Amino acid sequence: MTVKGTVFRYKSDVDTDVIIPARYLNTTSEQELASHCMEDIDKDFVKKVKKGDIIVAEDNFGCGSSREHAPIAIKASGISLVIANSFARIFYRNSINIGLPILECPEAVKNIKAGDVVSCDLAKGEIVNETTGQTFKAEPFPAFIQNIIDKGGLLKSIQG
Amino acid sequence: MGMTMSQKILAAHAGLESVKAGQLINAQLDMVLGNDITSPVAVKEFEKANFPCVKCPERVSMVMDHFTPNKDIKAAEQVKTVRNFAHKYGVENFFDVGEMGIEHALLPEKGLVGAGDLVIGADSHTCTYGALGAFSTGVGSTDMAAGMMSNQCWFKVPAAIKFVLKNKPAKYICGKDIILHIIGLIGVDGALYKSMEFVGDGVQYLSIDDRFTICNMAIEAGAKNGIFPVDDVTREYLNGRFRREIRVYEADPDAEYERTIEVDLSALKPTVAFPHLPENTRTPEAWGEVKIDQVVIGSCTNGHISDLRIAADILRGKHVAKGVRCIVIPATNTIWKQAMHEGLFDVFIDAGAVVSTPTCGPCLGGHMGILAAGERAVATTNRNFVGRMGHVDSEVYLASPYVAAASAVAGKLATPSDIQ
Repeated sequence: MTVKGTVFRYKSDVDTDVIIPARYLNTTSEQELASHCMEDIDKDFVKKVKKGDIIVAEDNFGCGSSREHAPIAIKASGISLVIANSFARIFYRNSINIGLPILECPEAVKNIKAGDVVSCDLAKGEIVNETTGQTFKAEPFPAFIQNIIDKGGLLKSIQG
Repeated sequence: MGMTMSQKILAAHAGLESVKAGQLINAQLDMVLGNDITSPVAVKEFEKANFPCVKCPERVSMVMDHFTPNKDIKAAEQVKTVRNFAHKYGVENFFDVGEMGIEHALLPEKGLVGAGDLVIGADSHTCTYGALGAFSTGVGSTDMAAGMMSNQCWFKVPAAIKFVLKNKPAKYICGKDIILHIIGLIGVDGALYKSMEFVGDGVQYLSIDDRFTICNMAIEAGAKNGIFPVDDVTREYLNGRFRREIRVYEADPDAEYERTIEVDLSALKPTVAFPHLPENTRTPEAWGEVKIDQVVIGSCTNGHISDLRIAADILRGKHVAKGVRCIVIPATNTIWKQAMHEGLFDVFIDAGAVVSTPTCGPCLGGHMGILAAGERAVATTNRNFVGRMGHVDSEVYLASPYVAAASAVAGKLATPSDIQ
């Protein structure tokens, strides 16, 4: 699957409290969660984000709480892919489990700016900065994890 | 190659003789935990997947602690969803107001988790039970749903960092200062994906509550789990309480650690994490004048009886500064009753503090003490991210109960020595 969109750029240690503040955790509605996504770090995110857009961040993206509401809000806001130098481990698991594509690729993070248009072949981990023409290769997932993604998430994968 | 404590527990639960860092395994679970925020998402996914039953209902715990007593209609509806699920699938360890407490104090107290266990919880601070010699880690709601259905979870076996704690902690130093010091040292991703294993002669001086505090905040260094060896302190806590057999796993002499870090507990100073990351730690000489509006003493990190005793010792015969709101939150009903019988509530109330029902409440900006724009709180909680306790322009300073209580009296960030 190939995704393509405009880049929102963030720094290190973007925590789950700014991705989706706890004051909105009294709902499980994906659209309601999406309407507050990134609210405490980027008030304009919700207004600007379009289906397919991509988040690029530095280290330890998604640190903090285990709230699955964070990747759910990002996915439901239309984001098709998050690229970072590294992810906090619970966010990493949650993203795989719910089917939000994420890739670790420091080279891409170094060379992609806010507003660039980026495309990515998710299965191959090939990232193209369409604005500059540069290409990057992300580490593929281990087969075990790729199987979860291919089956459409953890629950479908364990149903056999 | 030998195994770490964490790796041995994983190997035993995966039915393997040995495992090594990086290996992907499926393992049997002793306990699956969820709360009133994460369980509703798990319930939704569980029912959407049409799973027929919860495989081991006695190995599931659902604790309604974050927004309870229900702060609004939506929170009440979420708890109702979980209550109905627990009833339908025979989950007896469902704890609502009256029986609940903050999950990571409640589960150990009730003997639902203990030494040698493998525990997952849809709450990042599930790593707390490493204090009891368990491998315990936070996951998301989908993992919780899968854990309820299969009583299994997949893990990537973590590498580890060894922390050698040396000597007896200095006066006014407790578990909170130790873990804040360590997070300041290695950073909020300093132990990303790894185990933090705490050993050394200093361990003997740490109460079980200190160990809970230290393991609780392993996640704030990005760790997968934190763990202490089992000793007499652990056994004394577990005996007569823990419902399963104590299983002790010691690290092999040749276990591989990526790093070994020594911490001299006798040299530590009161440590506070300034906004907006737990790694922004400072000791008193670098605090400056930080005027405050609120103090919170409680949470899964520091809502234990020893934390309340510390706060009461500082507040006894003194008064909270004018203009400061001091909120004390015992973590469970048992701790609440104990504190009441020990006369700690008299001390708190005479000092101008209030005592709340057990709840996570203000720690995550839920209820029972939300901050306005520009306000500052000193809290014994675990996170000081932007907007964590309320308004996006408010600030949280993470501290020990010694510093939190002293700051309440001083009206500014202070140590116990400052107010004597």
